Amino acid sequence: MSRTVVKATVNGEPVEFLGGGGQSLLDALRDELRLTGSKEGCGTGDCGACSVIVDGRLVCACLMLAPEAEGKRIETIEGLADGSNLHPLQHQFLEHAALQCGFCTPGLLMASKALLDRNPDPTETEVRYWLAGNMCRCTGYDKIVRAVMDAAADLRQEKPR
Amino acid sequence: MARLTTISGRVGDFTGGLTHFDVEARSVRALVRELEQRFPGLGEFVEEQMAIAIDGEIFQDALTAEFGADSEIVLIPRISGG
Amino acid sequence: MSDGNQGGKLKVVGQRPIRPDGVDKVTGRAQFGADFHLPGMLAGRIKRSPHAHARIVKIDASAAASLPGVKAIVTSVDFDRGASGEVEAGEGHTAIREVAENCLASGKVLYVGHAVAAVAATHPEIAAEAIDLIEVTYEALPHVIDVEEAMAPGAPLLHADLFTKGVNPKPDKPSNIALKSVMGRGDVPGAFKSADVIVEGRYTTAAVHQGYIEPHACVASWGADGQSTVWCSSQGQFLVRALVAKILGMPLSDLKVIPAEIGGGFGGKTTVYLEPVALALSRKCGRPVKLVMSREEVFLASGPTSGSVMDVKIAATKDGKITGAEMMLAYQAGAFPGSPVHLGCMTAFACYDVENLALVGYDVVSNRPKVAAYRAPGAPMAAFAVESAIDELARKLGMDPIDLRLKNAVRDGAKTVYGATVKSAAFVETLEMVKASAHYKTPLAKGQARGVAAGFWFNIGGESSAAVHVDEDGGVTVVSSNPDIGGSRASMAMMAAETLGLPIERVRCIIGDTASIGYSGSTGGSRVTFATGMAVVQAAEKVVADLKRRAAETWGCDLAMVEWADGVAKCADPSKDAKPLSMKAIASRSAKTGGPIAAEVSINAQGAAAGYGVHLCDLEIDPETGRSTVIRYTAAQDVGRAIHPAYVEGQLQGGAAQGIGWALNEEYVYGKSGQLENASFLDYRMPVASDLPMIDTILVEARPNPRHPYGAKGVGEVPIVPPLAAVANAVSHIVGERMTSLPLSPAKVLAAMAKR
Repeated sequence: MSRTVVKATVNGEPVEFLGGGGQSLLDALRDELRLTGSKEGCGTGDCGACSVIVDGRLVCACLMLAPEAEGKRIETIEGLADGSNLHPLQHQFLEHAALQCGFCTPGLLMASKALLDRNPDPTETEVRYWLAGNMCRCTGYDKIVRAVMDAAADLRQEKPR
Repeated sequence: MARLTTISGRVGDFTGGLTHFDVEARSVRALVRELEQRFPGLGEFVEEQMAIAIDGEIFQDALTAEFGADSEIVLIPRISGG
Repeated sequence: MSDGNQGGKLKVVGQRPIRPDGVDKVTGRAQFGADFHLPGMLAGRIKRSPHAHARIVKIDASAAASLPGVKAIVTSVDFDRGASGEVEAGEGHTAIREVAENCLASGKVLYVGHAVAAVAATHPEIAAEAIDLIEVTYEALPHVIDVEEAMAPGAPLLHADLFTKGVNPKPDKPSNIALKSVMGRGDVPGAFKSADVIVEGRYTTAAVHQGYIEPHACVASWGADGQSTVWCSSQGQFLVRALVAKILGMPLSDLKVIPAEIGGGFGGKTTVYLEPVALALSRKCGRPVKLVMSREEVFLASGPTSGSVMDVKIAATKDGKITGAEMMLAYQAGAFPGSPVHLGCMTAFACYDVENLALVGYDVVSNRPKVAAYRAPGAPMAAFAVESAIDELARKLGMDPIDLRLKNAVRDGAKTVYGATVKSAAFVETLEMVKASAHYKTPLAKGQARGVAAGFWFNIGGESSAAVHVDEDGGVTVVSSNPDIGGSRASMAMMAAETLGLPIERVRCIIGDTASIGYSGSTGGSRVTFATGMAVVQAAEKVVADLKRRAAETWGCDLAMVEWADGVAKCADPSKDAKPLSMKAIASRSAKTGGPIAAEVSINAQGAAAGYGVHLCDLEIDPETGRSTVIRYTAAQDVGRAIHPAYVEGQLQGGAAQGIGWALNEEYVYGKSGQLENASFLDYRMPVASDLPMIDTILVEARPNPRHPYGAKGVGEVPIVPPLAAVANAVSHIVGERMTSLPLSPAKVLAAMAKR
């Protein structure tokens, strides 16, 4: 279990942690940095509960080795809100009751953010296909899709200001 | 006398296959006692593992529930759920 | 003061406030089972059987024990071997000895993945290495996976002491059939003799997993004096306490179970797999131990629900009155007895008023993981068979499928085969609303078909506790006794706010641990909003009575002259110069009027009302691949009254999605050696967002439950009952033949289409 010091930026803050062996980025976030908002639902990249954004790209943190995070800019659910101001996605998930148990919610929010970062006006079909890597067993996705569409509209209104 | 039936085959394991009979009891507590006396083990089994429909309303763990002389009592498996 | 029929006056109930725990859940702060961390905590791992059926000859853990960093190793000998008795769990009574045997096998392993030993070590990688070093010597035995093969004479026997119950005289040979369940009434042969039309068929469903996204997880910490704590995600902290304490032979009061947030359960978290093992490990080494299942372990060793084989036969008159039916249901129980087949029998025809019925169910063990409750346990499979047969009948008679169902629908006063009389049922109204819906009136495009199906679930009450604490500033905290699996904190807070006359923002809700609130049954059976909600309302009513008493004493007036409305006490006695007293005014002076204002109520709630659902599914099939795509879906349900309509809609939508997965894709696939071949989310294919359309809902509030203060009926389970047949009926119409075997995978559909 040889381990090396990994330096990265997480939610805008520089961090250092010991990473190595078979440890995934998800393990490092949860066990080393104690950022337990990212969840492990499968460990094989199928459920998306561990979705984070690395250098602007949506990734499953369970599929990336921790040392690969060296020098990277990582965004997790803990950094989605601006302090006490919720992100429009968070706000709309609450308004729409787009969560029941809430376990898949952090991953869905990060995946949705990655979508809206590149496509501010997605169609319902685009939302559904983009989120196809994020499983939710409670909601049947209806309210999630609506929440993402409404959050996109909120963000489009904010932008021109 | 209240008329007792059951939809559970388990009851027959205690009664030798009897699934329709009359009971003297007028409350669930008395019914449990009566069943235990007539068919040893059945009273405890009913108290612990069965629900009772009294005139169409299902009771679970309701020893104090009462019923009348012309009531229909049905012993049914307990209902739980996911 | 409150009854089920006060719809017009309600201020909070029926609104859609943001749930009290919402912000924690969208910011990643909510703590689920695997999110706890304690100082000195060890990582646990479980050693599992590679065999479907084998005798354990020897377990040699010496090499593992000498690995640096390994702190404890346990096997079944570390459990209380005398543990006996039963507890009320997901699908009914569960023998504690069998739960223990399922957590750690002693004599035999009964399925691939059956746990045999566990390790706690200073690092997960050390624990994993130690697991590999434990040498288990097995003597492999013949195994049986299929339910009909398991029932056949000469099948490999799982339990030498298992004799079929419910058979008279008692069998003299052991069998894999744990229970024969017979129920019925009337003259069934007579009904078939005089029938104008008869439909019959054999239907099968595959074992499917609940598929909660959060794997089972817990942290257990043994205290040197025996007082211990378990943090875990479950559907019932009290159930976990009972099972763990009994398996480890400890008094209940020495074990505190703290409910974590639960990442989905659907019935699958109404038992224990890890908790007794983690606490046994902690007891051995004196340090906290965390155990978390991998997804593969979840598939191999938790859940699923039964696969089934059913024969159904229905007799009807030519104008569509169902006069009789007979049905055989054989359900897989997995490695230990306890499939929900009796519930399948009870629910199969519960939507319909059928005079002559004969049902027989078989609970069958085989070398699969022990089934766990799954949303309306036992009902979806039975409804698949019955609702498919009724669709067939509608086709034969040339009748509209909703009209046929309306003709046979239960109305109040109808007697069910299981002994209950139908009360406050809105099944007819639900059918009528679906018939009148825009969806049902929309013509189908070429190549599309529409399936209709109905479903029933009992819903239950039972033991629940709740407390209402008034803060000194007039706000309120509600303590619920049930884990919040889908927004129940919101509904509890809303019912308290409604009763107290407070705005919802002034009421918060937490979930108590086993030491902080009175006993409650599990979050299951669609009981929480009904039963725990009733306890909340009664506690709030006690608080109101106390507030009124204090106001009367303050004013020196007769208690009968005090009115409580909108969170304010008013004096109706004109002779007194009494200014209204707000909640805050009374609460801030509570020390002077008798001390803190709080009430706790524990009840055994009776009077739960059943629920009925009707679903519509429009679907098309790609003729080249055989893939079915649901293009429009509506779920309608008799909900009594929706406390928080958005979360009720969510239950309908989520149940429909699970049912669609059950119908189209999901199944446990076994290889020749008894190995589960698809123990991952990649190969066990649950619906994702791109598989589904929006799911429209119709909440039918025509008949509030008069036995609940705000009219609530259980809502969570009904919606998984109709979809299997709603989907299959649509597929059958396109394919042109009755599709009787779930899942309707593309290969199966393509093969059926090729035959035409």
